[in-house]
Amino acid sequence: MPHENASNAGQSAAIIVVENMVKRFGSFTALNNINLEVGRGEKIVLCGPSGSGKSTLIRCINHIEKHDGGRIVVDGVELTNRVADINGVRCEVGMVFQNFNLFPHLTVAENCMLAPMKVRGISHSEARDRALGLLNKVRIQDQADKYPAQLSGGQQQRVAIARALCMQPKIMLFDEPTSALDPEMVKEVLETMVDLAREGMTMVCVTHEMGFARQVADRVIFMDRGSIVEEAAPEPFFRAPRTERARSFLNQIIH
Amino acid sequence: MFGVLFEQTADGQRYIDWLLSGLGWTLALAFFGWWIAFGIGVVVGVGRTVKNRLFSTLARLYVEIFRNIPVLVQMFLWYFVFPEVVPSAIGNAIKEMPPPWASFFPALLCLGLYTASRIAEQVRAGIEALPRGQVEAANALGLGGYPTYRYIVVPQALRLILPSLTSEVMGIYKNTSVALTIGLMELTAQARQISEATFQTFSAFGAATIAYLCLALIAYRGMTLIDRAVRIPGTTPAKLAVDPELADVQQAGALPGAMEAVK
Repeated sequence: MPHENASNAGQSAAIIVVENMVKRFGSFTALNNINLEVGRGEKIVLCGPSGSGKSTLIRCINHIEKHDGGRIVVDGVELTNRVADINGVRCEVGMVFQNFNLFPHLTVAENCMLAPMKVRGISHSEARDRALGLLNKVRIQDQADKYPAQLSGGQQQRVAIARALCMQPKIMLFDEPTSALDPEMVKEVLETMVDLAREGMTMVCVTHEMGFARQVADRVIFMDRGSIVEEAAPEPFFRAPRTERARSFLNQIIH
Repeated sequence: MFGVLFEQTADGQRYIDWLLSGLGWTLALAFFGWWIAFGIGVVVGVGRTVKNRLFSTLARLYVEIFRNIPVLVQMFLWYFVFPEVVPSAIGNAIKEMPPPWASFFPALLCLGLYTASRIAEQVRAGIEALPRGQVEAANALGLGGYPTYRYIVVPQALRLILPSLTSEVMGIYKNTSVALTIGLMELTAQARQISEATFQTFSAFGAATIAYLCLALIAYRGMTLIDRAVRIPGTTPAKLAVDPELADVQQAGALPGAMEAVK
């Protein structure tokens, strides 16, 4: 099934285009000459060793980090320093963080309702309906009026996913969504992500969950030291990585 | 010991009426001054953290000026100098205000603006103490600068600095006593007047001291109630976080990582 998606995605226009993108932190080049196209509905898994630039790459896609060179075009809008453009793009790009980054002073439902009300301008009741609907989808509707600190890590991350979905984004970015979770909570978050993938969401995930990558990814992109080293469908990538660096990385994480 | 307070004064009142009148001015000055200070303090504190160079420089300038001039000097500046440097029509209007107001308004302005500079620094510290992920998450949702501050950053920063705001509440009402230097008959001024009229120095200032202490306790108690009311469920109260040993160990240990900074 994922492979069918891959061929479809190749035909439709790309929703994310990254061209010759460069990102530096001071004198350190975090990303060097990155080229990447993501088709509508495509699922990409980014992996690679710590410090390889994979998180930085997806943070550049919604301009949380500003790139220093090259171009990034998201849904037809080039990311420049124009605030209106950036906020417009961010409405269409949901992001899920490693540390959840829920707003601790707001209830679960309020976390989900804030941006749709303040950015999209929908009414309180409509926002609440939408929030409850999506909380239901991530299977925590009964926690809607609790505060984030009262939930488990897995529940918090599912709230974070629901919060991003409340903006009805076209693209979802996941930045190591399961890395801060206790092992027994990883599954519930991954299941939510798999559901989302089945519905045809465009997804770019930084993750080391190889089972997830096998199950949903159209392409796996392996990064090392700020460059894309290898790009392949998940099966060939995991079975027989072409590059030595990918091979040694996979040996490290698959025991 | 405080019997003297119930004796008749030359103007037919009792000395305690003088004291109560002084207490009233002290409270009025502290109360209204506080809201001026809080409003300006939050705005300037936010200004210190914004990316816009002009705003952050102006905010910095404000803080440096008002925080670094002694309150007493500021009091004199507002009372004696300010009416002279503004256009003479305004200056004359200020000088012609009836007696208590002519002292009250400069004192209000002085204490409000001075305390605002102190609050601004705490607001800035509170904002800077928030995890970066909060702003990133708000930005990622498409929230612009204003809503991010209004709904995400400031509400959390204020909760964080509530214990130190308690000190500012106590600070502003204690500083009201400086207003006696420009002729406002507040609590300390009345105590001095009683002492001069009766030569009962101990009783006069003893009563004032007790009044100040009671106000401090009320302020402290009030802030504790506010702290409890705005506390985020599932977290420890801010003042316990200052001394972790006071906090319920189990509760503190149960805090998930994302909440650590909000303690």
